[in-house]
Amino acid sequence: MSAAQIGSPDVARRGSETWRRLLADRWAAIGAVVVVLLVLFAVLAPVLAGIEGQDAYTYHLDALADSGAPLGSGGGMSGRHWFGVEPRTGRDLFAIVAFGARTSLLIGVGATAVAVLLGVAVGVTAGYFGGWYDRLISRGVDVLFGFPSLIFMIAVGAIVPARFPRSSLILLVIGFFGWPPVARVVRGQTLVLRRRTFVVASEAMGAGSVHVLVRQLLPNLGATVIVYATMLVPGMIGAEAALSFLGVGVPPPTPSWGRTIGSAIDWVSTDVMFLLFPGLALFAATLSFNLLGDGLRDALDPRLRGLR
Amino acid sequence: MRTARFVAGRVLATVLVLLIVSALTYLVFYLLPSDPAQLSCGRPCTPASLATARAFMGYDEPVWRQYLAFLGGIFAGRSYGSGVAAIHCAAPCFGYSFQLNAPVTQLILGRIPVTFSIAIGAAVLWLLLGVSAGVGSAVKRGTLLDRAAMAVAVGGVSAPAYLVGLLAILLFGFTLNMVPVNGYVALTENPVQWAWHLVLPWCVLAVISAAVYARLTRAQMLDVLGEDYIRTARAKGLREWRVVGRHGLRNVLIPVVTLFGLDLGQLLGGAVITERVFSMQGLGALLIDAVHNLDLPLVVGITLFSAFLIILANAAVDLLYGAIDPRAAA
Repeated sequence: MSAAQIGSPDVARRGSETWRRLLADRWAAIGAVVVVLLVLFAVLAPVLAGIEGQDAYTYHLDALADSGAPLGSGGGMSGRHWFGVEPRTGRDLFAIVAFGARTSLLIGVGATAVAVLLGVAVGVTAGYFGGWYDRLISRGVDVLFGFPSLIFMIAVGAIVPARFPRSSLILLVIGFFGWPPVARVVRGQTLVLRRRTFVVASEAMGAGSVHVLVRQLLPNLGATVIVYATMLVPGMIGAEAALSFLGVGVPPPTPSWGRTIGSAIDWVSTDVMFLLFPGLALFAATLSFNLLGDGLRDALDPRLRGLR
Repeated sequence: MRTARFVAGRVLATVLVLLIVSALTYLVFYLLPSDPAQLSCGRPCTPASLATARAFMGYDEPVWRQYLAFLGGIFAGRSYGSGVAAIHCAAPCFGYSFQLNAPVTQLILGRIPVTFSIAIGAAVLWLLLGVSAGVGSAVKRGTLLDRAAMAVAVGGVSAPAYLVGLLAILLFGFTLNMVPVNGYVALTENPVQWAWHLVLPWCVLAVISAAVYARLTRAQMLDVLGEDYIRTARAKGLREWRVVGRHGLRNVLIPVVTLFGLDLGQLLGGAVITERVFSMQGLGALLIDAVHNLDLPLVVGITLFSAFLIILANAAVDLLYGAIDPRAAA
């Protein structure tokens, strides 16, 4: 048996048990179903908008009254415009919400990937090497944890030249401020793992630190990382929506739930549907990822049930 | 003596963190290719007038000199330019907005009352709400009350503040006509109107953040209620409210204070979003306008000011933590 295989049966056994517990958790299962539906909604956005016969960019001024409010009840809901139209421009709200799901999920998942990559790299090395490097990282994580990151995310918009694509910038910035919790958890796990026999054995057999980090520690961190990644996604989606809501996120005309909610401020008393559709979509997305993340964590470590 | 060393160590660490954070922020903001002098150079912008503008703003110096000048300005104030045209920026100087012709500190101080009014009121409300809901849930564990409170808590964690805020405006402002939906009245002007205009923002921000505290308090309280000293307290015949209130709550508050310290940065962010929902002109509005106008000194000033504020507040929470839990200061 090679050194790399010693840890693996452990992981496999824990995996199947995790699945069983996850499926038994009603709320987590509901969360998972909604997440899958959302992903389908986002992937099929062009198809769905095609069935409706609309897109997210064309102005339909004929669907508006002189005041700029949509004609008809429910924000202009009809067979032609399923969710009604946007006030003042008459763009189709269903298409905006559907394509907005793409923006939200892409930036949410992309930023999570950035945060997880950074967090794992920093956390596993800090836990494994220890010493002054670990103390420096831990202190940095402490500082970043309490940081007014939203202020920084808003501010960055002013200094990055306009030719840098905004959406990628938002993704990177949100992801950058998301790594500290991952690093903290991964560091803690690494501290436990590095004392386990399979790591000690591998070191005794002469494995270098790269081998131990990549082949011994990382595979055993997989489950933890997946759980924390899931739990990060709603925060990332929320951050993108908040920035767009404030007018410093994804630039128009790219559809974004947050920006549409921001525009809905002026119409809340006359056209509530304009707020409700993107709002409910955003709420469903964050809630479902939160339920799934909580369920995954409980399934992985039942002792944590009920903690935050 | 021990306490003195704990305090001294914390203060020293805080100063170090302030220096590192400000240096990194300054570096990031000045290495990226944007030139504030270019923006205020005017038209036609000759190389000579650009150079003059740069020298006047202090951007002709190497970045480390600029940073030191910035730090010096915070403690001792600084002047831009020389002679009759010189502009003085009194300490604590967080830079000078050449677009608005005003020191950044003065601009920030003008907006702070709005943001702080939202943030502090909401924080008080959410701590009260969160801790009492958590304790209630833990004591009545498994009952309908517990399950309802925890369901609301999961929903609250997922609901964006601005969405809840807008729905609250619609319901309580437009439909029921109970409370004002926007605007800010200064506390010094009319305290009743001040609170009246802030009721809705406070509740919105508090309900959402209270959720996390309710979950934490509940979990912690359940843990603590299983401890031996709680059994002892019950065994010696103390009344239940006293057991929970005195022996339980004290130990629950430690993680709650820790979490609160970590959430201060989020609180500021939440206040910025709430300002926008309720059309109040606070720090967030100032920053967003500065970003749109590319008023770089103002952006940097606000960013560093908020970072300083949060780091100092965190240090204060750390010291408070030492007071609640003597073990931490040991």
